[in-house]
Amino acid sequence: MEFDIIVIGGGHAGTEAAAAAARMGAAVALVSFTRAQIGSMSCNPAMGGLGKGHLIREVDAFDGLIARASDHAAIHYRMLNASKGAAVRGPRIQADRKRYKAAIHALIGAQDGLTMVEGEASALRLEGRRVTGLDLADGRMLSAKAVILATGTFLGGKLHFGMTNCAGGRVGERAATALAGQLRALGLPLARLKTGTPPRLDGRTIHWAALERQESDGQGWTMSPMSERRVAPQLFCAITRTNARTHAIIRENLDRSPLFAGEISGVGPRYCPSIEDKVHRFGDRDGHQIFLEPEGVDDPAIYPNGISTSLPTDVQLAMVRSMAGLERAEILQPGYAVEYDHVDPRILEPSLGVREVEGLYLAGQINGTTGYEEAAAQGLVAGLNAAAWVRGTAPILFDRSDSYIGVMVDDLVLQGVTEPYRMLTARAEYRLRLRADNAAARLTPKAIDAGCVSPEREAHFAAAQRERRHVERLLARRIGKQSLAERIRYPETDAGALIALAPEFASVRPEILEEAVQDHRYAPYVARQDDEISRLRADDAVRIPGGLDYALVPGLSNEMTERLSAARPATLGAASRIRGVTPAALAAILVHARRKAA
Amino acid sequence: MEADARPDGEGAALKDTIYALSSGAPPAGVAIIRISGPRAADVLVALGRRLPEPRVATFRKLRVDGEPLDNSVILWLPGPKSATGEDVAELHLHGGRAVTARALAGLGAMDGLREARPGEFTRRSFENGALDLSEAEGLGDLLMAETEGQRRAALALMGGRLSRQVADWQERLLALAAQIEAALDFADEDDVAPVPADFGERLAALRAEMAAALARPPAERLKDGIRIVIAGPPNAGKSSLLNALAERDAAIVTDVAGTTRDLVEVPVAIGGLPFLLTDTAGLRDTTDPVEAIGVARAQAAVAGADILLWLGPPDEAPDGAVRIHAKADLGGAAGGAELATSVVTGGGLGALTALLQTRARTLLPTEGEVALNARHRAAIAAGAEALGEAGSPDLIIAAEALRAARSALDRVTGRAGVEDMLDALFGRFCIGK
Repeated sequence: MEFDIIVIGGGHAGTEAAAAAARMGAAVALVSFTRAQIGSMSCNPAMGGLGKGHLIREVDAFDGLIARASDHAAIHYRMLNASKGAAVRGPRIQADRKRYKAAIHALIGAQDGLTMVEGEASALRLEGRRVTGLDLADGRMLSAKAVILATGTFLGGKLHFGMTNCAGGRVGERAATALAGQLRALGLPLARLKTGTPPRLDGRTIHWAALERQESDGQGWTMSPMSERRVAPQLFCAITRTNARTHAIIRENLDRSPLFAGEISGVGPRYCPSIEDKVHRFGDRDGHQIFLEPEGVDDPAIYPNGISTSLPTDVQLAMVRSMAGLERAEILQPGYAVEYDHVDPRILEPSLGVREVEGLYLAGQINGTTGYEEAAAQGLVAGLNAAAWVRGTAPILFDRSDSYIGVMVDDLVLQGVTEPYRMLTARAEYRLRLRADNAAARLTPKAIDAGCVSPEREAHFAAAQRERRHVERLLARRIGKQSLAERIRYPETDAGALIALAPEFASVRPEILEEAVQDHRYAPYVARQDDEISRLRADDAVRIPGGLDYALVPGLSNEMTERLSAARPATLGAASRIRGVTPAALAAILVHARRKAA
Repeated sequence: MEADARPDGEGAALKDTIYALSSGAPPAGVAIIRISGPRAADVLVALGRRLPEPRVATFRKLRVDGEPLDNSVILWLPGPKSATGEDVAELHLHGGRAVTARALAGLGAMDGLREARPGEFTRRSFENGALDLSEAEGLGDLLMAETEGQRRAALALMGGRLSRQVADWQERLLALAAQIEAALDFADEDDVAPVPADFGERLAALRAEMAAALARPPAERLKDGIRIVIAGPPNAGKSSLLNALAERDAAIVTDVAGTTRDLVEVPVAIGGLPFLLTDTAGLRDTTDPVEAIGVARAQAAVAGADILLWLGPPDEAPDGAVRIHAKADLGGAAGGAELATSVVTGGGLGALTALLQTRARTLLPTEGEVALNARHRAAIAAGAEALGEAGSPDLIIAAEALRAARSALDRVTGRAGVEDMLDALFGRFCIGK
């Protein structure tokens, strides 16, 4: 079978990559162990949050799947940081797993040029260091000009339930170990990371009445502006806490946690991934909040967010039952830790293409990230760029000043990872301009240029832009000495106050009015950063030759040489962002590059 | 990609016109200010009315904002045959502090001009191919010396005290930033309080410390001396007083009002303390263009004085001046003056030198105290200024202010990035679900 692009893995990175490439007009095969697994939410049943909500909106601005599928599945909406400035507001939803998967299947199924292929990827087909296709375990052969690996934790995956372990990516599925071997043989640097899940509880055995409830927020916003309204029934979440008894149970059994008994060699994150970690590292805390999140409308499973663990099942049960409301709770499936291989993402270009293997792209957890949203965003980048490469057009790149996607890709390809990489708004220097609510304004024009947007999306965007221009005309009006645009810089002048000043605003859609208010409120601060950003862009225009041997550049420390050699920055700007590289070192690199070019 | 290997010389940052004092610190015989970039010619036209012949040293009366600056030699070196490969202008000024400072301030106020960053002239040189590439290998080391070396040397000179002090501030800034970032990024986790109650207090303490460091006497005073400026109307006895304090005839003294037309600077030691005495032209309205330049310079010197000795009517003395009734031997009322002196009888001079020494002690860095040089002061002042908004109730603005403050301090000690902030954040809070 012949395709332009093969995507291996049907998770959030894979589906987004396949759909993006197909939207660009490529003939795409989406390969997954089983068709049924495509679009699974393998960990918690939530989408979005701080930083992550930004990524979802950005993927959506490119007409991606994740926001629309989230809206179809959402049984609980919450805007995190609602009381703070829009730049750090994080839209978050709880999803019904079945509805989410169904939505992804519907979107994928409706996408022209996208073929689902069931099967186990056994080996890449290569000619030298160029990818030509994929062999499946059953002997079938697929040919393509580009392959996107989005295999998640399936690469060399190992599950830990207490002190017992087995190979696999998630419970009940196989690990793509053969592929991992091949990547090693290709010389791609692999390292090990770990992640964990909490036990799933049976909601029918929880004493809900004893617990504090958290309702869906009752507002009308949606993840994607393309979703007209909320469609699924809204459920509530509940909150319980760990306590001294819970902590005592965990402490007594730390020696039975593979995390602490040395069974897991992968490096965990600085933040607390597991309840063992929390109790061990923050022994002074007397309790930790646990959110009980329903997994679906007609599903009894409850996801207790906050107690990821690799302790043995009997300890998990004792720990769960020590908490209020969970005294009689039953565990449907115990929590477990997963260890997996990831590729050092510093071998990637900002297109997520492997620098030294033509046509090979990597996206998602394989690059050392954690989270659905991070995976989906990388899937988008890899899908867009594989398609651009196949058709011979310029790469479609993101930068730190235009998107969280740009921040993440830049961090990954320049700094690599030492812990599962998770998006935070703190990572974005230009956070003030990168809001979840202005993602379309920031990125959809770029998406339209790339040819990655449906006519419906384009029309929707154009209508929003027209309405925005109308708002700007109204805001130019003066009341006294000040224009309304100047007036809304004061926090007390919100959308409501604006309508009082000029009733015409009442007919503007609230989200468009709010976006305008936020744009103007932070405009002076955004303008202050412009200088910094133009310097960044100027340095990014200065290219460094690919084959530069940093060991030969005089004056660089060993540490700098090592980091620069691993990341191979394409531009002087990229080099300047690598940790520990000084302005003097940059000058030395420039001199050397110049001499080499002469 | 190899085809693009030549670094692009047309990047936006390179379109700025940069300037810097490229000779040693004033006072010196001559101060050379070098200007490089597309606006170099405009600068010469703005200061000297028209462009001189290329590559010919030309004498011009320079003016800044319509006010006379200096009579100096200027050079017009159009690119690409210049040191940087760009259009270059050079101003060879008389090397006094006031003139140099005025010239640099004037350049800074022009559109499209900014002060050069460390190593920037050299960087432009080879970016524009103005340096022989066979020299390039050694240049890496040279640049390292020019920028890193300067920074390290400056830090080493302070015996590490400054870097320890700034590192301490950095660490506290990171801790404050971590609290804000935690409140922004982990608002839904119960380990994170909105913003701790003592945040404002710790921020205020940090700002106060930075302000105190900035208020301390600058390091340059030890090297260059405390600037004593003698000012007043013509024929008030300023030059005589200078000569008396210098114990030699450094300035010309006559009975003719307006004898002193330029600044006369004399370094002296009084009681073992370093001073730089400056005699100035008498302040009066004048139509004589040369005297007018002198008066303008006198006014600039008055503005930059550490100690101002005012020999005019006491009620016209600038704020903070020491009011002196000179020529006390000729009689006249000393009303309102702090001191009466006479260079003829020597009366009051002992009291004056005692007063100067007392004042001086408060103006000089004390032994072992961290003294900041101009570059450090600029960075720390920028940091302190950025912190002004760090108490904003809008946490996003507070976070942005802390980021700006951190990047300002980075210029003193080197870079602390996002990862350092995350270390601080994750070390402090139990975060992660």
